[in-house]
Parts: sequence; C-alpha cells; structure tokens
Amino acid sequence: MLKLQGIAVSPGVTIGEALVLDSEGFRIPRRFVERSAVDTELERLKNAVAETAVEIERNRDAVRAELGEQYAAIFQAHLAMLHDDRLQEELTSAVRDKNWWPEYAVSRTLRRYAKVFQSLDNHISQRAHDIYDIEKSLLRNLLGQRRETLAAISQPVIVLAHNLTPSETANLDRRFVKGFVTELGGPGSHTAIVAEGLEIPAVVGLGPFLADVSGGEPVILDGHQGVVILQPDEETIARYRLEVEAARTVAAKLDTLRDVPAETLDGVRIQLTGNIEFPSEAEQCLSRGCDGIGLYRTEFLYLTSKREPTEEDHFAAYSAVVTAMQGKPVVIRTLDLGADKMLTERTPEEERNPCLGLRSIRLSLRQLPMFRTQLRAILRASALGDVRVLFPLVSTLVELRQARLVLADVMEDLAEHGIAFNPKMPVGMMVETPAAVMMLDAFIKEVDFVSIGTNDLIQYTLAVDRGNKEVADLYNACDPAVLRLLSRSLDVAREAGVPANVCGQMSGSVMYTQLLLGLGLRQLSVPASAIPEVKQACRSVSVAECREIAERSLQMDSAREVKAFLRDQMRRRLSETVV
Amino acid sequence: MTQETISREVVVGIEQGLHARPADLLAREARKWQSRIELVADRQRADGKSILELLTLAAEAGTRLVVEATGPDAREAVDAIGGLFDRNFSELNSHT
Repeated sequence: MLKLQGIAVSPGVTIGEALVLDSEGFRIPRRFVERSAVDTELERLKNAVAETAVEIERNRDAVRAELGEQYAAIFQAHLAMLHDDRLQEELTSAVRDKNWWPEYAVSRTLRRYAKVFQSLDNHISQRAHDIYDIEKSLLRNLLGQRRETLAAISQPVIVLAHNLTPSETANLDRRFVKGFVTELGGPGSHTAIVAEGLEIPAVVGLGPFLADVSGGEPVILDGHQGVVILQPDEETIARYRLEVEAARTVAAKLDTLRDVPAETLDGVRIQLTGNIEFPSEAEQCLSRGCDGIGLYRTEFLYLTSKREPTEEDHFAAYSAVVTAMQGKPVVIRTLDLGADKMLTERTPEEERNPCLGLRSIRLSLRQLPMFRTQLRAILRASALGDVRVLFPLVSTLVELRQARLVLADVMEDLAEHGIAFNPKMPVGMMVETPAAVMMLDAFIKEVDFVSIGTNDLIQYTLAVDRGNKEVADLYNACDPAVLRLLSRSLDVAREAGVPANVCGQMSGSVMYTQLLLGLGLRQLSVPASAIPEVKQACRSVSVAECREIAERSLQMDSAREVKAFLRDQMRRRLSETVV
Repeated sequence: MTQETISREVVVGIEQGLHARPADLLAREARKWQSRIELVADRQRADGKSILELLTLAAEAGTRLVVEATGPDAREAVDAIGGLFDRNFSELNSHT
C-alpha cells in the first residue's frame, strides 16, 4: 500500500480501477493471455521488439547524419537497453510463465527499471526518460492499430496521468471517468476545472508516481484530503467504502434543498448561480435548484478540435444551455485563453510569461474575425432567453470600449440581415486584475454588471502562479490584500447600483460564504456540485452576523489569522447543517 | 574446464560517471566472453553484460568498483574490462 499526498482540487471519494495514461494517451490494462495463445503473444512481443529496434536505428541514423556520431550514441544506448538480455528474459518470462498480456508485461517491467533510475540521486536518474521512450515505442508497436485511447474507455476508471491537456480532458468519454490524478498541476489547473465541472474527485500536483502503478490496479482517490492510495489493502478499501456510502447519504440530504431558495435567516435573498464548462452541466445546475448560469466558460469550444469553431458550433452549444435554463439568466464569457493553449493558434513567438501575455480579451481584440464569430453566436442565442455577455481579463477602459464597439458592430450586421437578437443584451466585465479594481469607479459607468474572478485576482494581486509548487502556499484567498480589493469592488458596485457577483473557487467554498455576504455580495456563482452546500450555508446565517465577520476579517493583517478565524466561524455556524 | 574467479579493482574516471554510453560499451565488451562477469560496488552487484543493471550502479566519477569474472576465460575478460577503465573509455571519443 502506498499513500500519496497531492493537492485536492475537486471533492469526493472514489475507489476504482487505474487507467494509466502516458503522454501519448495510451492505456494499459492488466490483462492476461490464454495459455493456448502464449506462443502467438510471444511472437507479437518479438515483432514489436524488432520493429522498435528498427525505429531506434532509423532515429540514430537520422541524428547521426544531422548532428554527428556523438549525438547518435544515445540511440545506440537505447538499442542496447532494448536488447538487454535480462530485460528480454524478464519480458518473455512474464508472458510465458505469468501469462501477462505483452503490453502489460512491457509496461510493468520497464516502469520498474525507470523507477530504479528515478530513485538514483545523480544524473543517471535522467535515464528514466530513455526507459519511458523505449516503453512508449514498444507499446506503440504492440498496440498498433488496436491502440486504445481515452476516447475508447468502456468501463469505469480513475485516470492517472502526468498531466492532462485540455484537449484530452475534453475528448474523454465522461460516463466512465470516476476521478483524475495527475503528477503536475495545481488548483485552477485545467484538470481541476474539468473535474469540478464533471463533479468527480481529483487530486493534482502529486509529483512523480506513475512508475509505481500499473493499469487495472485498484486505486483510492480522496478528493477531500488530496490523498491517493495505490495498492490499498482490504482494510483500507473497506474503510473508504463506508465513506463513499456516508457521502451518498449527505448528498441525498442536500438534495432536499433543491426547491428552497438561497435565503438568509434574516430574509435576504441570495442569487445562487452555477459555473459551467460544458452544455450538459446546465442540467446538473438546474436539478440542484440554481437561479441561472453565472459563468459559462466557452474555452472547450476552442480546445476540442484543431480547427477554429464555426458560428454554428458556438450557437449549438449556447442555444442548448439557454433553452435548458428556461428563461433563467445565462452569462456567457467570451474566450478566456492564452494563445499558448489554443490548438488553432500559432503564437508569433514564445511567450515568456503567458499569464501576463496575449490572452483572453487581448487575444480576442487581436483576432477580430474569431471574436466576431463568437459574438454573433452569443447574440443569436440572446433571442432565445436571458443571455448576458461577459468579457474576461479587462485591464483598461480602452479594451472595454473596443470590445463594446465590436459588439455594436456585430449587432448592426445582424440587424441588417434581419437576424433576431436582444439589442439590450447586458454587457459585463470580469474584475480580475488589481488594475480593474482600482479603476472600477470608471468601469462601472460603462457596464451592466461585473463578475469578480477571484482565482486570477488572487494570482495577479499576490504575484503567485498557483500552478507552481514552490510558491503555491502563497496563493491564499484570505490574504488581507485580496480582502481589501474584494471589499472595495463590492462597495463601488453597490454605490453605483450595478450587480456584482463572485465566481471562482472562493465562492464555491462554504468557508467564505459568511465573509462574502458580509462584504455585501448578493450573487454567488459556484460549480454545480457546490450549489446545495452553499445554498445550505446561506440559509444558515444572517447578514447581520456576516457583516460583523467581514468587518473583523478586514482588520486582521495576516492571511493565517483570517483563515483560522473564518474556519472557526464556519464550524460554529454551519457545523450541524453542512459539515 | 576451470571455474576460476578473477577480480581486480577499477576506478570510474569518466567525468559524468558510468553513464549510458560507457555502460553500453562495457556490456558489449563483457558479452564477448564466456565467463560470468559482474561489477561490484559498495552494496550492489550488477551483471556486466546488462546495460540496464550497470546503470543501476549509478557509479559516479571516482567510484571504486571491483570487476569479477568467473569462468574459463575469466582472466582475459577481467583484463579486457579493466583495460576499458584504464583507458578511461577512450574508444567513446574516437569518432568525434
């Protein structure tokens, strides 16, 4: 049994079979071969080794011609490793004596060597990459056309990977994925957002562990504690089974909240909306009794295919959500991606700092035809229900005005062609940079609503990349600087009479509900999975108490103090009902 | 047929240690001989004919190893392998 600690990014506990993905998306199940088929399988293994050898030789020759003998030598070493007598004996014996499927034998055996290399604390540890290369090549040749990819999963699994790319997660057959575990990533990483959207547990940032696990083995994933247990013993499995059961009971209890409003004890009605990534999630939000969609992220449209989405692609997705919401508001956010993440884009040159680079509204304003296509589809969807548009990462007034100008232009275009849309469609901006907060008194005159994106606001305010393990502990929603920016933003919006909501992880965690309501927030946008819990939290507190909590928090001067205080308040007021 | 065991000490002189290329060269040399050939470090033994095992020794520059051969051509094998270390695997640089 091996217990690993990572970063919890999506709650829930699950027990399931491991599906190990390497960087090319192979999946290697633990499978056995029939005794009668052993000879055929050995032959297949032999052929794969031969084909792999040919590939390595080809690489060696190409590199030799281009860079010279010294660089080619590494491939010579790969060949030697592949042909290593011990390795070949082990592989053969695994198939012949243990009746392992050759793919499984290759994966298990080579990963064991990789692990030994990784554990060496000198430069030889890098040889592990060579072993993975050989493994990959062998698997490619073994699997051939029968290569099983993520799209072809047919039974429930927990996906274990080095890192999941947005396109991989988008192409997953979501019916069968019970959880995600990745070596890289942090809170707010793409895996985290998708897992949250799918309402499945996820743990990221675990560090290297894939060498310790093989496909098909049982894995326990505890998305509350950020714990992953490999090769669990019976006792541990039994203990977690109980926990899974208990969670089901709590979920059933929270289910009863579906038809009651999010209203505080002193009668203040809170608008509780859902954050979604995929159109199918609209249904999940509705079934939990939400007041609308407060944040519809549209990035998946740009990530699932190599070509740019057409107006019809956009419209099909938006109209599905708008129709499902039956007249409730749907806030559609325009593209919020960096050029570095997009399959269709070629970044002009390497960006040293993508977070501070060409992304979101900046990218949209640079790629006008693409931006207009999205706006046309959003406007067309506005004829079907209460649609509002939201511009991300606005940091200057000029950007906001430019975006509005493009929108007005697209409206004119639609009107000319007699295409229906709502000419009064509300326009909002994300407040997620300190610049936007400082200038909010000016911005607020030119927007119909604002949405405070705490994830980015925290990152830009504290100058912390939350995906970077070295500094991730500095990323803290409780930081006094963050609280002051939030407080200021909500004050400005209230004085101007402009609705404000908070999306981002902060609004979805009941630890912050009292603080946010106390700061004056009346709209919360949260992941579908958090709707019942946050609703219950709103129903368990009074605004008067919340104000006191907010005032005291604002006087504290360290994130640690604030956090301890809020945790204590949460326990005190919500313990019987939520936790 | 004699089953004599011959051994001698060698020192890893290569700056980057016994990495992939010298390990490959060593394993190839070892496979020319019938004898069983092992390299012995502080706490570990490795099959001299297996590059993968040699790498797991993680022998850095300055590490002392013992070359041990058992079999009919043990003496020649140890001389040949010892020679590689004595020449500091100069064969590797011959084509650059």
